[in-house]
Amino acid sequence: MNAVVSRLVQAIMVALLIGTATFVMMRSLPGDAAWRIAAGRYGYDHVDAAAADAVRAELGLDGPALPALLQWMGDLAWLDFGNSLVSGQPVMDEIAHQLGASLSLAVVAILLSLLIGPPLGILAGLRPGGVLDRMLLVASTGLKAVPQFLMALVLIVFIAVQMRWLPAAGHGEIWHFILPSLTLALGLAAVNARIARDAMARIADMPFWRFAQWKGLSERQTLFRHGLRNVSVPLFTYLGLQFVTLVEGVIIVESVFGWPGIGHALVHAIFSRDVPMVQGTALVLGLGFVLVNATIDLAVRRIDPRVTA
Amino acid sequence: MIVIATPQRRRAMWPAARIVGAAHVLVVALLALLGSVVVPSDPFAQSLVKALAGPDPAAPLGYDHLGRSIFHRLVDTLKLSPIITLAAVATAGSAGLVLGTAAAALGGWIERSLVILADALLALPGLLLVLIVLAMVPGTALGFWAALSLVLWVEFFRLTRAATREVLASPAVQASRLLGFGPIYLFRAHIWPEIAPMMLTAAAFGTATAIMAIAALGFVHVGLRAPTPELGLMMVELLPYWREAPLALLSPVIAIFALLLGLTLLAGSRKS
Repeated sequence: MNAVVSRLVQAIMVALLIGTATFVMMRSLPGDAAWRIAAGRYGYDHVDAAAADAVRAELGLDGPALPALLQWMGDLAWLDFGNSLVSGQPVMDEIAHQLGASLSLAVVAILLSLLIGPPLGILAGLRPGGVLDRMLLVASTGLKAVPQFLMALVLIVFIAVQMRWLPAAGHGEIWHFILPSLTLALGLAAVNARIARDAMARIADMPFWRFAQWKGLSERQTLFRHGLRNVSVPLFTYLGLQFVTLVEGVIIVESVFGWPGIGHALVHAIFSRDVPMVQGTALVLGLGFVLVNATIDLAVRRIDPRVTA
Repeated sequence: MIVIATPQRRRAMWPAARIVGAAHVLVVALLALLGSVVVPSDPFAQSLVKALAGPDPAAPLGYDHLGRSIFHRLVDTLKLSPIITLAAVATAGSAGLVLGTAAAALGGWIERSLVILADALLALPGLLLVLIVLAMVPGTALGFWAALSLVLWVEFFRLTRAATREVLASPAVQASRLLGFGPIYLFRAHIWPEIAPMMLTAAAFGTATAIMAIAALGFVHVGLRAPTPELGLMMVELLPYWREAPLALLSPVIAIFALLLGLTLLAGSRKS
């Protein structure tokens, strides 16, 4: 229960931070913010000084900062994100549209990384110091030093441009998933594999493991009965931490591959100073991160009954 | 939660991986410092006649699409990003150290509010925070410094606070206190020796994170602006000419990979 409360406090702090930051961004926009908001609401062809003045009066853009900030936060609390300054559409609609694209990419990337990393890690951990273990150490250290945008670049250059096997960018078809999700998955798997390897090596060294083998279980049976659940605890805990990598990756990878998700939208919004969109996308990413971590806290408790405090 | 392992006192401070890492970083640093001394030239000078030309004595790595020397642009960016990064790591490190020690030593509402702030910042993915701050602070180099400091101090703060709390509760500190030693002595004799080894690891990770962030945002056109030479920006500029001038694209790729690999190895391991 305590954990839920602390995550809730964290979520509120995140909302406050992003709200305040975007408010400052709004106040420091070059030019007349009232004009830009009015243009966002009514379209650029229908803006005149009267409309701008109306917006100015309504939002208190001229007045002292504090009431305006309270107004801004009030809108935020009612989940009223306003309209995009660029497209004029409500921010909520745009985000609802983009969230699906981002989530599907993230889920595919996580699944792919879980297919690549932990199996290799477990095999390496069963024979610590073996050939596979050493190769995995070198590979994962090397991969960890490759930033996601560089991985994307390498995959685009070799697989899309040189070999012409897959499209370099785009969205909609199933093969468009492969390169962006592989970019994310390889980075995640580099860490995954090491976590699984360390956990496996630790568990295989424990008395209960030796006892299981001594009482006659085969290595496969020992692994499935006694190994996997134990290995999955640190893996899940790290999944929460890896979500940081994933969110940062989504920002970069979506921009590189032209994937129409939240990260792509955020970069575009920053580029065009579309403050309501920045606020909306940043909030979704930040709060989503807190939500995932809270879920993982609960999941770990379910898997590992030792964690109760 | 990331906790950086405290190295055992007995174990060598410099295992082989660390030395290899330090060597990588040193090579890149030497290139940055001596490059323009050995082959003097201007990273901004254009000569469209030489666009995408191969290496010559004036430009050891060839020319980019605008006929600027890749070598000198590389040397320039290997000065700029590390300077921003080191400034940010230094700011973050000292802020984290001071606030972490203060939080652990003073306790009460100071500690609680700092922890809540750190947790909130921890809940924001670093790159997101950097993007938000960059949108607010004018001047991209200054913005990067401010943003990266804001992102990186949390790790130093958490490390320092955890270690300091543990040390302050130890019998050795109680004895020192009973003998009447002041807070400065306590810090120097008890707390700092405990934190110092962790600081190197945290600083190396922080530097790698920061360099990655600057290059990544340059790559997607929201970081440092052209014509400033920047690793990510150089890569995205040279990507269309990959077939004509592979060496041009490979130079910044190899530079950033060597630098990041060196920093990762230098940092050593971190454990959960």
